[in-house]
Amino acid sequence: MDQPSKGAGVSGADVSDIAIEANAAAKAPVADRAQALKQFALSDKTFYWLTRASAICVLLLLGGIILSLIVGAWPAIQHFGLSFLTTQRWAPQLEPAPILGGLGPIYGTFVSSLIAMLIAVPVGLGIAIFLTELCPMWLRRPFGVAIELLAGIPSIIYGMWGFFVLAPFLADHVQPWIIAATSGIPVLGSIFGGPPSYLSLFNASVVLAIMILPFITAISRDVFMTVPPVLKESAYGLGCTTWEVVRNVVIPYTRVGVIGGVMLALGRALGETMAVTFIIGNSFRIQDSIFSPGTTISAAIASEFAESGGLHQSALFLLGLLLFVLTFFVLAAARLMLMRLERAKGA
Amino acid sequence: MHLNRFFRSALVAGFAAMASLSAAAQDITGAGATFPFPIYAKWADAYKKETGIGLNYQSIGSGAGVKQILARTVVFGATDAPLQAEQLAKEGLVQWPQVMGALVAIVNIDGIKQGEMTFDGQTLADIYLGKIKTWNDPAIVKLNPNLKLPAAPIAVVRRSDGSGTTFVWTNYLSEVSEEWKSKVGSGTAVEWPVGVGARGNEGVAGNVAQTRNSIGYVEFAYAKQSNLTYTLLTNRTGQVLRPNRETFQAAAANAEWSKAPGYRLILTNQAGEKSWPITAATFILMHKKPQDPVAARRALDFFAWAFEKGDAMADELDFVPMPDSVVKLIKQTWANEIQVK
Repeated sequence: MDQPSKGAGVSGADVSDIAIEANAAAKAPVADRAQALKQFALSDKTFYWLTRASAICVLLLLGGIILSLIVGAWPAIQHFGLSFLTTQRWAPQLEPAPILGGLGPIYGTFVSSLIAMLIAVPVGLGIAIFLTELCPMWLRRPFGVAIELLAGIPSIIYGMWGFFVLAPFLADHVQPWIIAATSGIPVLGSIFGGPPSYLSLFNASVVLAIMILPFITAISRDVFMTVPPVLKESAYGLGCTTWEVVRNVVIPYTRVGVIGGVMLALGRALGETMAVTFIIGNSFRIQDSIFSPGTTISAAIASEFAESGGLHQSALFLLGLLLFVLTFFVLAAARLMLMRLERAKGA
Repeated sequence: MHLNRFFRSALVAGFAAMASLSAAAQDITGAGATFPFPIYAKWADAYKKETGIGLNYQSIGSGAGVKQILARTVVFGATDAPLQAEQLAKEGLVQWPQVMGALVAIVNIDGIKQGEMTFDGQTLADIYLGKIKTWNDPAIVKLNPNLKLPAAPIAVVRRSDGSGTTFVWTNYLSEVSEEWKSKVGSGTAVEWPVGVGARGNEGVAGNVAQTRNSIGYVEFAYAKQSNLTYTLLTNRTGQVLRPNRETFQAAAANAEWSKAPGYRLILTNQAGEKSWPITAATFILMHKKPQDPVAARRALDFFAWAFEKGDAMADELDFVPMPDSVVKLIKQTWANEIQVK
């Protein structure tokens, strides 16, 4: 606060002298320069260790979470072993020991994320291309902001909206149409088999797709912006159409970054809980049709954790551990790809 | 100046917070079942006005409530699924029923209004087993000869979250159907043969309201307040009953509470001509040797007050007060078993 006026006035002194005086002025004047420098070294070191401790804290937390998940899941791992991954039954009420298998939620997690990606990736990339290549300048900002706002909506809102508005719409207008169009065709007929349902794997996937759309769009748009204008202009100069520029210049140049964005979105889709729990129907049975209810790992945990105990709770811990490992690898892959892009850009 | 003012207001806020904290220390803490939450909240409100002592009740679910009382983080736990007498003895807990409620089946079929349709236990079990698949099934038509039932598939809705409501419902289905008992059984979360799961009473109600030709189950209080299309039920004597206070209390009156250790009675499928078949009490758990005997005293005072003055409030919310004879027994249990100051 009160800077010493005399320290600033010293002429001919080097920077460290000024610093020493500035620091020492409030206290008794320090004659010994070496001692003052030592003080700096000490504060530097303290700062270094403080920041380092914060960083280590995060790692410890991460390790602690994994450890507590493993400890919680241990009874289930011992009791069910690998058969947990292949059993479809989920019967927590059985006496003396429940039969619990994670296949239903694992299947539901993969399928809902897959369908969500199938919808969100093309649409998200389309929006990003439109925003960077085709959109009139004055529209870019409002459009981009609107997309980013989608990412800020809390997932419970998506859940409510999905439950009350989107799911009935899909069940009344979209599903019957798909069922009619595919009935009789061997494999598709059973994947899209009726009757239409308000709470279903498909409806949950559509909500998921909308939720992850902004991630894909925002990241793709940012990496599309990194394409050097020279490259694009040369291509246009050679007579390329916009499609050809996007296809042959923009996408190849940013491929890794786009994949990184997609993986981040996938990570969110795998772990999304509230919105999915509202709409997916929470049935542990695996059924052929995606219009029938299913469940995901996170939905199963959210639904049953409060009232669980013993092996049932341990099995939910095990599901949590599986999800943790799964999303960890997906996000690690995403980071790796984004890092590679950064390096390529730097080179 | 500004800083000064800021500090002063911060100081005031701090004192206010401390004052409210010390008031909160007077509060009775409890956690557990969501089903009786509305009536506990109503009682707590009236009790606070009368005595100045508040109730801090977290409706986090029966299972969680049991965990909390075992961990001694609360003065009382509340559960819809009563504990076994052996477990009570092992953990040093006392259990008693505080208030009762009932479940009803709700439907959404075009043209069918509240209280028009009739089910019996066997039919409900077969619907939830997936054996009866359409609304014009002979078993349903036989019970409802005057209704026009569609040839549409039945959309079965159930709870997805573990809940005491599900415990009571599956307990009833186990009572009335051998097949349900052997294939599924009862519990707060079970392996459902068919149907979609929705969260909470409101989730089930919302889903039934949205889905044509659907059936679900909710607490009667909830069904009545939300004006849902609830149905009539045939009890074990063959009487077709309407869900109301009279039939709920008949179920409680016919139960032999004094013979049940830990008051562990589930009032489903009770004898008696007027007994509504899916009635259930919700229970309170307390330690015999509480860590804080003063807090335990305060909690018991509250429950005694609720037994004495809470009946009218329970009626308003369509809960059923415990019969006086049972209350007498419970007070005896308190005096004998719980060490309070």
